[in-house]
Amino acid sequence: MGKRIAVEDSHAAALAAKMANVDVIAAYPITPQTHIVEELSRMVSDGEFDAEYINVESEHSAISACIGASAVGARCFTATAGQGLALMHEILFIAAGNRFPIVMAVANRCLSPNINIWGDQSDVMSSRDCGWIQIFAENAQEIFDLLLSAFKISEDDRVLLPVAVNFDGFYATHVVERMDLPEEEEVRRFLPPHRTAKYKLDPDRPLTFGAIGFPTIQFELRRQWEEALCNSKQVIKEVWQEFGRVFGRHYDVLEPYRMEDAEIAFILMGGSCGTCRVAVDRLRERGFKAGMIKLRLFRPFPKEEILEATSKLKTLITVDKHICLGGLGGPLFNDLRALFYGFQRQINVAGFIAGVGGRDVRVKDFEQMFEKVVKGEVSPEKHIFIVRGES
Amino acid sequence: MGEARSEVEEKRGKLEAPLKEGWRKLPHALLIFEPATSLYYYTGDWRTFKPVRDRSKCIACLLCWVYCPEGCIYIASDGGIDVDLNYCKGCGICAKECPLGAITMVEEEK
Ligand code: SF4
Ligand code: SF4
Repeated sequence: MGKRIAVEDSHAAALAAKMANVDVIAAYPITPQTHIVEELSRMVSDGEFDAEYINVESEHSAISACIGASAVGARCFTATAGQGLALMHEILFIAAGNRFPIVMAVANRCLSPNINIWGDQSDVMSSRDCGWIQIFAENAQEIFDLLLSAFKISEDDRVLLPVAVNFDGFYATHVVERMDLPEEEEVRRFLPPHRTAKYKLDPDRPLTFGAIGFPTIQFELRRQWEEALCNSKQVIKEVWQEFGRVFGRHYDVLEPYRMEDAEIAFILMGGSCGTCRVAVDRLRERGFKAGMIKLRLFRPFPKEEILEATSKLKTLITVDKHICLGGLGGPLFNDLRALFYGFQRQINVAGFIAGVGGRDVRVKDFEQMFEKVVKGEVSPEKHIFIVRGES
Repeated sequence: MGEARSEVEEKRGKLEAPLKEGWRKLPHALLIFEPATSLYYYTGDWRTFKPVRDRSKCIACLLCWVYCPEGCIYIASDGGIDVDLNYCKGCGICAKECPLGAITMVEEEK
């Protein structure tokens, strides 16, 4: 049955790694790292569970050590944030392209300059195209549940890709929330205590990962990787369904809120979804047909599910916490515009950028975005920044 | 040293055969399940200059053997060194590192 606990979100992530019985944790402990690895190192040194904790010299090394461990069949975990994720960039591709099942918790934080370790999504969005499965969690319970299921997704022979579970730096990582912690045996029913690696380094059965890819074959290899990432969506859904059967908490690639008759709806990811729900409730009280889509799975992008969830909408409001500098607004805005255009759907996409560098996104900010759309102040060719001064 | 070129080419052909059938038939992540397949790729074909050892100067210290990035220097029957030209890329590191100047890089005519 488990127990209900109060837990800091960072520690919820650490608990997930512990209950997944990871073999190897490799992490670098300096800022912008969060309490996740601090707690894990405590757990390991106190003998709460048996894992190899490698205190590496940088995030580049953290993810590299995970690759090495994963290559010999270990279940491994790392956590990072902001600059740390940026420092991993080169190796993120190798982890995914060589198909190593690694699970990583990412506390989303703003990239410098200026020196800012508060929450936004500039870190994860800058590693958007690294070929990882990218999941977004809203609160402690989701962080725990989605990390636990990430191991199962990642290690599935049909997937064999690394998974990043993202959540808000500070807003999530440094708050204490209520969470249901399952029993060990419940977890074991869902996730076997060890990985069975289909491909691993073994002196008796030689195997080469990541040899040279001449121009005559590299493209086909990328194509295979892209296919694997897109196909992982089905497995992700299956694993979450099984999670629901075992633990009674149900997850899907997206979560609609008051969408039944909505005409204008927000779409966003991460912790601000909670604030947005309150804004939607207020807008409903004011008589607007407002709704919200919480996007849980960002990569692979759940195209079909988004198209279905938005089929009756007039306008979709994207709320991005990152600017594709010099481009066409935020990443969600770009993806959704492209999606609807490709499917010839007559739906307006109003792009807003908010919460950059840890700026609060308040209920009234969401209401203002909505009002701007209602008043027709949002033109299709311009995204709007929720900043001081002119947008 | 090594096998005849035709034999090596046949093995390489066999290794690469599945790669020609389109991306759907590609082995998972292009993993290679056979050891030492790099031997099927004659990196020597990239070479412009080849190392030539002056046997009278060589004291068989094997520093060149240590430094060669290709691992294609081996110990010859006279106790000195020899180079497997099938794999020598002609980088010249051995010539640079030899403390006695016993190796000269000589341009090859093909
Ligand atoms: S480094 Fe020079 S002297 Fe030493 S073994 Fe090589 S060729 Fe001979
Ligand atoms: S030229 Fe380079 S590759 Fe060739 S034997 Fe010398 S060190 Fe090795």
